[in-house]
Parts: sequence; C-alpha cells; structure tokens
Amino acid sequence: MKLRLAVTALALTAFGFSAFANETSEMREKLMKQAGGAMGTIGAMAKGEKPFDQDAVKTALEAIAETGHKFPDYFGEGTENLGDEASPAIWENMDDFKARSAKLAADAEAQLAQLPADAAGLGAVMGAIGPNCSGCHEKYRLKKQ
Amino acid sequence: MGRFGRALTTLVVIGAVGAGAYLYLTRPQPYTESDFAEAGEPDIKNGEMMFWAGGCVSCHASPDAEGDAQLVLSGGLALKSPFGTFYPPNISPDPDAGIGNWTLAEFASAMKRGVGRNGEHLYPSLPYTSYVHMSDADIRDLFAYMKTLPKSSNVTAEHDLPFPFNIRLALGGWKFLYFNDNPRVVLSDASEAVKRGQYLVEGPGHCGECHTPRDFLGGWKTSEWLAGAPNPEGEGVVPNITPGGAEVGDWSAKDIAYYLESGFTPDFDSVGGSMVEVQRNMAHLTAEDREAIAAYLKAIPAH
Repeated sequence: MKLRLAVTALALTAFGFSAFANETSEMREKLMKQAGGAMGTIGAMAKGEKPFDQDAVKTALEAIAETGHKFPDYFGEGTENLGDEASPAIWENMDDFKARSAKLAADAEAQLAQLPADAAGLGAVMGAIGPNCSGCHEKYRLKKQ
Repeated sequence: MGRFGRALTTLVVIGAVGAGAYLYLTRPQPYTESDFAEAGEPDIKNGEMMFWAGGCVSCHASPDAEGDAQLVLSGGLALKSPFGTFYPPNISPDPDAGIGNWTLAEFASAMKRGVGRNGEHLYPSLPYTSYVHMSDADIRDLFAYMKTLPKSSNVTAEHDLPFPFNIRLALGGWKFLYFNDNPRVVLSDASEAVKRGQYLVEGPGHCGECHTPRDFLGGWKTSEWLAGAPNPEGEGVVPNITPGGAEVGDWSAKDIAYYLESGFTPDFDSVGGSMVEVQRNMAHLTAEDREAIAAYLKAIPAH
C-alpha cells in the first residue's frame, strides 16, 4: 500500500514536472513567435507589402516590449535541458541574458514614445529593434535542425 | 652483406624514395614575386567589397569588437574545431605583429595556395580552400584595402592542436587529397547573376566551409555541397541551404537576399549563431551581389 502510494506520488511528480517543462518551453516559443510576428507586421509595412497602419505598429511594439519583459521568467534553474533551442550559454551568462531582454523592452518602448507617422519611418524602427534579435540569437540560440 | 642486410637496405631505400616522393608531391607551392609583378593598380572600393564578402572580421577582429573597432584585424579569437583550437593571427598592416611587410605575392600565396610567408603549409582554418577561386584582381584589391586599415601590435597565440594535427608536414598530404580549384557544382546555362553568385559563394564568401559536410579527415563531401553539417564549434547544426533544405528550401530568391540584408527570415525569425557575423558582413555588399548569391542558391542541386 505504501509502495503504491509512493509510486503514485512519484508518477504525479514526474507528470507535474513534465507538464511544467512543456509549459515553460511553450512559453519561450510563444513569446519569441509573438516578437517575430510583431516584427513581421512592421517589416511588411517597411517593405511596402502592406499599407502603413500606425495602430498596428503600436500594437506590434507593445507585443515586443512585453516579450522583453517576460522572456527571462521562463529560464529558471532546472529548465536548462528542455530539448528546445535554448543554449546552455544562457545559464552561464544569466545577467547578460536578462540585460539583453530588458534592452529589447526598453528599445521597443523608446520607439513607442515616438511612433513613426509614415512607412518611411519604419526603417529606423527595424534598425532599432532588429539587432536585439540577432544579437541575442548569436549567443543564446542553438539551431537543432 | 647477408640476406637480412640486403632486405633492410632495400626497405630503407624504398622508404627514402617514398618520403622523397611525398615531400615533392606535397611541397608548399607559393607564388613568386614575378607572378604579381604586373598586377596593375588596385581598386580600393572593390577591395572593401571583397573584404566584406570574405568575412575577414569574423575571425580576425578582436572577439568583442563592434562597429569600426572590427576594422582592427588584431586577431584574438579562439576558433574551436574537431581538430583543436585555432588562433587566427593578426593581419592588420602592422609591420611586426601583422602583415604590413608582406608583398602581394606573399598575400596571394596565403589566400590562394595555403602557404605562409616562411614557405610553410597553412591550416585550412584559413579558408584558402574557398579563396582559391578568387581572381588575382580581387586579391590585389583586397590586399590594398587591408593596407588602409588600423595597425595593431597584438601578438596572437600559436594554434593549440593535438597530435597528429600539429604536424604541418601532414598538411601537404591533406592538400594533395582535398585542395583544388574545381567548381564545387557544375551549372549548365547559368545566367550572369548565377555565375556571379557562384563566384561569391564558392570563393570569397566561403559558405561551403560550414554548410558542406566533411569526411573524417576534414575534406568536403562535395557531392553534398551546401547540404548542411554539424556545427564545427560544438552543439547544434549548420543548416542545409540548398533548394532541398527543410527551412531555406521554401524561400524565394528575394527572401534569401532580404535575409542577407536584414537578418530576418520570411516569417521574421532572426539570424542566429555564427551566421549573425556573416549576415552583418553580407549587409555591406551591393544589392546586386546579394541577389546573385540568392540566384545561385536557388540554382544548385537540392539535397
């Protein structure tokens, strides 16, 4: 009886952990897709594929700022090996990782404070935000496929 | 002399002839000064384009350098590989620590023949296996541009390689087996853009160095040109960039050119890993050259 209880407890713990692990990984991916999608919205207007829409630019920048604020919450201790594309270098340089995420949020907020009035101003927005993406992915993302 | 003595003598002679043949066949073959005596006036602007196409800063700038500081080619990076750690040298125009005293023929020997200033074989961590395709005029222009960059007196470490990779003599054998200037893919009816792209990708851009898989001795599997490979620096993979690639295969030529310019994929994921430096370099090229690279990547065999 005791054994059955112990096994059940263990199974529940393991299940709980794996659900937690999946959720953590999913949140990482969700936030990155959120920022990428937002960049796509701005990028399509910058390239002239879509008409300029200041409200959409504002929503996109807000989404990017949110990503910057929340992203490091999903890189706690014990979440190093979830099988996603997070590099072990993140945990070796956690302060830098957090600082970069905070900078992404700050750069997005700086652009929110001076929203461009037309499509011509979007190049500067892309230039301000884009290097944050590649700079962080240079050090902290591992391509697995 | 007994039978044993004769046999031994024969073996020694065969050994000596074999060693002599090896040394002859695998000898360093630098250019001579006269090869570049009539090189002509350099075009420094074109040299700068070759500098970005060649990605010199990715390995030869100080690892933390950003912006203009990247133009100081002081060395300092530790380049990890399955064969050991390479330390790309100072190639700034400093006469002592750098290549300020080199002649054009010496520079060309390193770039296109894999031979150092003292007549020694160079490790293919310097991608002469790709630079061999570069025209003499582009080499001349690149060298002239590099002379205009800031000097650095930094002295870099010697390569840190375990036995047997630390034996430079063995490099001659490696070059004999793997080093040639054949086109990596043969493309019939190639447009001018595709030809230009082939030159940039197979030559100065040296894309195949990371994107093409290698055999156990580090030679390219050219039948799998640009088909992707394990990351030589550690975990992860370098993607397949042929039209059959899982990720890049679906991209249009326009998508590829935009990625090289902006660092963004068609769905606005961003460039990552070592490709970040490469993309920053590619952003300096002309739009036509980025389009040429894209046209070539769409024209090569799918894997």
